[in-house]
Amino acid sequence: MDCHLDVFFLEALLNGVLLAGLLALLALGLNLVFGVIDVVWICYAELVMVGMYGIHHAYKGGAPFLVAMAIGIVLVAAAAALLHLLVIRPVLETPPINQLLVTGGVLFFLQAAATMAFGVEFRNLGISLGSYNVLDMSFSRSRILSFGVALLGMLALWLFLKRTYLGTAIRAIAQDRQIMPLMGVDSKKIYLVTSAIGGGLAGLAAGLMVLNYDIYPQIGLQFGPLIFMICVLGGLGNMIGGFLAAFVISQFIAVGSSCFHTEWGYAVAFLFFMIAIFFRPQGLFGGKS
Amino acid sequence: MLELKDLDAGYGAFQALFGVSMRVAAGEAVAVIGANGAGKTTLLRAISGLIPARGGVLTMEGRDLRATPAHRIIETGIAHVPESRRLFPGLSIEDNMRMGAYLPAARAKFAERLDYVYALFPRLRERRLQLAGTLSGGEQQMCAIARALMSGPKLVLFDEPSMGLAPVVVAQVFDLVRRIRSEGYTVLIVEQNVAQVLKVVDRAYLLEVGKIKASGAAAELAASDEIRKAYMGL
Repeated sequence: MDCHLDVFFLEALLNGVLLAGLLALLALGLNLVFGVIDVVWICYAELVMVGMYGIHHAYKGGAPFLVAMAIGIVLVAAAAALLHLLVIRPVLETPPINQLLVTGGVLFFLQAAATMAFGVEFRNLGISLGSYNVLDMSFSRSRILSFGVALLGMLALWLFLKRTYLGTAIRAIAQDRQIMPLMGVDSKKIYLVTSAIGGGLAGLAAGLMVLNYDIYPQIGLQFGPLIFMICVLGGLGNMIGGFLAAFVISQFIAVGSSCFHTEWGYAVAFLFFMIAIFFRPQGLFGGKS
Repeated sequence: MLELKDLDAGYGAFQALFGVSMRVAAGEAVAVIGANGAGKTTLLRAISGLIPARGGVLTMEGRDLRATPAHRIIETGIAHVPESRRLFPGLSIEDNMRMGAYLPAARAKFAERLDYVYALFPRLRERRLQLAGTLSGGEQQMCAIARALMSGPKLVLFDEPSMGLAPVVVAQVFDLVRRIRSEGYTVLIVEQNVAQVLKVVDRAYLLEVGKIKASGAAAELAASDEIRKAYMGL
């Protein structure tokens, strides 16, 4: 153990905050879909993976990065809408276990399809933004950028949900689906739009992930459990709770990694998760909101 | 305005309405009275398209409601204040109003109608940013009525507006219904509270196990021995 309250500890702490922004964005899409449609997309991280490959292809094909990122967002939003139409809608009225199983099936399908299409090698865009060095601390610029964009993305969603008719309907349908027709709202359409927005958030996250991580077919296995852990810890469907939980978990990972060893960071985070859920099964910040 | 002919409806294998025929003319207030389980709520749900009618004719100003998807029935000018109010409890009063004005045509008049319903129910304006779930029963009923008016309806359907409310509040709720009437809306109301509702409406239909058993002017029904014994406990 090598843990002192020194500049390296502070560096770990701040890097934890930066990581939290990205994790919070990842958790947000999943929480939105669960909160509104009551369906857990087990394959959520695989949608992010699809977005990462899409962005990689567009960028390597000559598109500027921002265009490639926009393509990634649209691609994942469309994939999520298709997921809803083809996979979720037919099982919407069946027991939740069926929904878990079908989206679990999509997870393996997407992983296998990506492996066949792109092979198992690690890819990256080859973009390096370098890092800021303050005192003896070093912060990657791409992480800082990701943190800022993730916060902006979340702010945009919040404004959309609070300020628009469509956003209000998305919040309303989570509370009472049956009476939506009395408001003149087509529930099917709201679910489809919500799925596409959840996908768009995953696509935005993919655009930030490609700046920080290599792309490979199993990357979902690295992030998926983490995203679920954050959502459950924050209270599944509770978007603000998920946001806060992302900061809690990423501190465990960042500080744990700094004090012990990288792999231990995750172990400590999961250990904390298990203890927390034992005492507060509804999540630290309660359920749906 | 609203016309039902031989309407059949139900849930799954259970049929709740058998050949119901009735009409509501523009400007009228009409009640459907009957005991718990007579099919009153089913009747309103069939009109709003929340459950599909199985047979018969259902029209609003000549438009075939059976051929209209549920979420488009509000466009014909029908607003439904559902049983137990069904506000969005976690949304503010104002967001509930926004949902009532969800139709594109209603959005354009949102500010104007919001002023109108707040003038009708000043207490809602005072609490406009409060969550609807935190309101008292009577306030919730106001909120539910205001939400229905936000779509700019011609016909307002009330489903058991007095249910689950304290006796003092029940009287207030019937006052609200009376006010909605005097604002020029056509009203169709279903109620178990027969004595009170017959004082508010022009005409009424008596529904028993899914069939219309009697109909007539409200005063006439209120004077009928049979109805007084069976439904008003007199």
